[in-house]
Amino acid sequence: MTRGLWIALATLALLPFASHSQFVANLAMLTAISAALGQAWNIAGGFGGLTSFGHVAFFGLGAYADAILQTRYGFTPWLGLPAAALLGGGVGWLMGLATFRAGLRGSYFALVTLAFAEAFRILANSIGITGGGSGILVKLHTSAGNFQFADRRAGYAAALALLALATFAARRLAVGRFGAYLMAVRENEDAARALGVRAVRVKSAALALSGALTALGGVLYVQSYLYIDPPTAFSVERSVEMLLVAMIGGAGTVAGPLLGALAVHAIADTTRSLVATPGVAPMLYGVVLLLIIGFLPGGIARFVTRPAHA
Amino acid sequence: MLEVRGLSRRFGGVRAVRGIDLDVPAGAIVALIGPNGAGKTTSFAAIAGFVRPDSGSVRLDGTDIIGWPPERIALAGMVRTFQITQPFAGLTVAENIRIGAFLRESHRNAATRLARELGTELGLGAWLDRPAAALTVAGRKRLELARALAARPRLLLLDEVMAGLTPTEVNETVALVRGVRGRGATILLTEHVMQAVTALADRVYVMAEGAMIAQGTPREIAVDQRVVEAYLGKGAAARIADG
Amino acid sequence: MALLMPALVGGLLTGGVYALVALGLTLIYGVLHIVNFAHGSLLMMAMFGAWLLAAKFGLDPLVALPLLAAIMFAVGWALYRFVIGRVAHGDDRAILLATLGVAVVLDNLALVLFTGDTRTIETPYALQMIQAGPLLIPLAKLIAFACALLLAGALWAFLALTDTGRAIRAVAREPEGAALVGIRPDRIFALAYGIGIACLGAAACLLLPSFYVSPQVGGVFVLVAFTVVVLGGMGSFPGAVVGGLLVGITENLGGLYLGEDLGPICVPLLFIAVLLVRPTGLFGSVR
Repeated sequence: MTRGLWIALATLALLPFASHSQFVANLAMLTAISAALGQAWNIAGGFGGLTSFGHVAFFGLGAYADAILQTRYGFTPWLGLPAAALLGGGVGWLMGLATFRAGLRGSYFALVTLAFAEAFRILANSIGITGGGSGILVKLHTSAGNFQFADRRAGYAAALALLALATFAARRLAVGRFGAYLMAVRENEDAARALGVRAVRVKSAALALSGALTALGGVLYVQSYLYIDPPTAFSVERSVEMLLVAMIGGAGTVAGPLLGALAVHAIADTTRSLVATPGVAPMLYGVVLLLIIGFLPGGIARFVTRPAHA
Repeated sequence: MLEVRGLSRRFGGVRAVRGIDLDVPAGAIVALIGPNGAGKTTSFAAIAGFVRPDSGSVRLDGTDIIGWPPERIALAGMVRTFQITQPFAGLTVAENIRIGAFLRESHRNAATRLARELGTELGLGAWLDRPAAALTVAGRKRLELARALAARPRLLLLDEVMAGLTPTEVNETVALVRGVRGRGATILLTEHVMQAVTALADRVYVMAEGAMIAQGTPREIAVDQRVVEAYLGKGAAARIADG
Repeated sequence: MALLMPALVGGLLTGGVYALVALGLTLIYGVLHIVNFAHGSLLMMAMFGAWLLAAKFGLDPLVALPLLAAIMFAVGWALYRFVIGRVAHGDDRAILLATLGVAVVLDNLALVLFTGDTRTIETPYALQMIQAGPLLIPLAKLIAFACALLLAGALWAFLALTDTGRAIRAVAREPEGAALVGIRPDRIFALAYGIGIACLGAAACLLLPSFYVSPQVGGVFVLVAFTVVVLGGMGSFPGAVVGGLLVGITENLGGLYLGEDLGPICVPLLFIAVLLVRPTGLFGSVR
């Protein structure tokens, strides 16, 4: 059953390459980025139970790292990838140490991440190196060396690569020792510590991993749209979307964010083709989130895969 | 192996633990008994790093471990169970035990194998792949024990693992704890089930109202007038002597 | 100095309304022990309500205040009864996510109903100033401040002196004990949530004459409200009032010294600092 699901997902992922439509490729790319970001959120929020409301902080940091390195210092945008991952990971690690040492959990952690994202947005809006409110424009010059592609399918391939990386990381969590420790801390921190689990370190590491992957998503965004400004880089909506994708698909499962991204984009694109009014699709996500919390806490993954516990 | 001196802890105006001394020699089984509210659980929590004592020292193999976080104490080889069981409710029973196994066994297949073997040995075989939340009270007690054992502690702290078990289950657990000692672990336990204390302990410490009021072999404790009168009440001495 | 006094006074006046917003939040936390992430969005909805009443029916916000507070009470009561209480099963994370879900629905509902435009209303007193020594104080803000503190006092009296208020406090402290003496906690929960949201109806009427409303406004206020509550101490009544005033002042001083762009960073930084350094806030008890 699970195996069949993965084959179906892989086939679905390859289909857009067969099409010459840039529209289809673009749609596929956006879905893959959503899934990758959702998976990144899932590593902290699902496996670790670290409900973040401000994950966009890492996305924005990655985006700005990439944009600043190439426009201000003339580095190749490929350098943006390791730089963003390091920055996202480092900030995630420090944010984790600071908040978890202070004993923040649950709702307090969610709110503090939101405050971090907001602080970063205001900072990006007011300092010189980020271009302030007018943002940073990356010069259009498509070439592989410049990490810009005329064909959207190449952009889609990059998004798929990130998704594969994030899913590989989630898979490792699901089977390995670090992931087991992370889930143990989520379920019962005191009991985990009594068995030698360094809870603060495990949670901080999960946030660092999640932050690094999220920051890579920011790089892909900049390389696709060649523009970043504070409201886009640090939008609350993107934080919420990452959470929604993971929660709707099934938080704490490997396949969840992939299914969630498909569901969210199916809702969005169907709604947009029926009603032009902005706001209708996100409103539906909110309703779906409420329904999932109320009636299907395991998310869609519960339908598709065999429940872990018979 | 474990040396506790002058351990004290107050909560607000209540002196929960008043300067207790306690020794657990390597290879021994030591019991800490006393009525509810005597301060046993607080003492345990302070020894295992979950509560910071106001004063006193706790030495593990000669090293003072006061102020160490619980995880560091566990890594040093002292592992505790909880009186109020603390399962990882969303994980399966096997996964629960595996968390303990990972302490000494970083390879996941080996840890899984160890966890399943231990679980089966403790009578949780039929439950291994079910969520821990589905266990009965007795099942949860066994899971506490299995998880702690999987961590291969040199010093095992058992906080009332027999409470809520049937007499048969108590006998099984007594045999099991003996087996653990047979494998070289040292054990400190708190217990209300006197039958288990008498059967297991080499040495018994008695607490009442936060203070240590007596110590000795189970037989000595059973006839100790202070214990009988100040704490156990009439008839209790006979119960202990009967085993 | 010439700039400092007006900034302090302006901050204090705005802070009075923040206090009222935060009172609702802290009441909900104190009684239900839930973190109501939908608070900002519900305030936004209330502000649109006040705007509708003013723009379409010519009702001055101060006149509409009791009506809107009553409407928001009903909205809050129903929201708890039929959505949040139903969906959440008493699990903390589920409740937090449920209130987030409500916020997402409301923000986008407002976008659908009112579009993303920014709206303001005109009142005869909007531009009036009162001379107080060297200071010019906007009348609308002064009225808002006075009303907010008056309402805070009334709410305190309600909780302290009436039977219903005592029942609410009993449930906040001892839900099981309250149930034993015949109080139905589920009813009290819906009631407390309703009262908490009614505060937003009142706050909306006080804010609108000197502020604007758009669907994004909820996001602006949610962090402010939580900063106030955390600074004062989650669940603390005097904490919410003092915290409200302090946050209002902090915001204005930030704008004064750090500039218009960087100034707003003071609120999230204050929030983070309080949580990291003193999570119990000024008046909170140690949990």
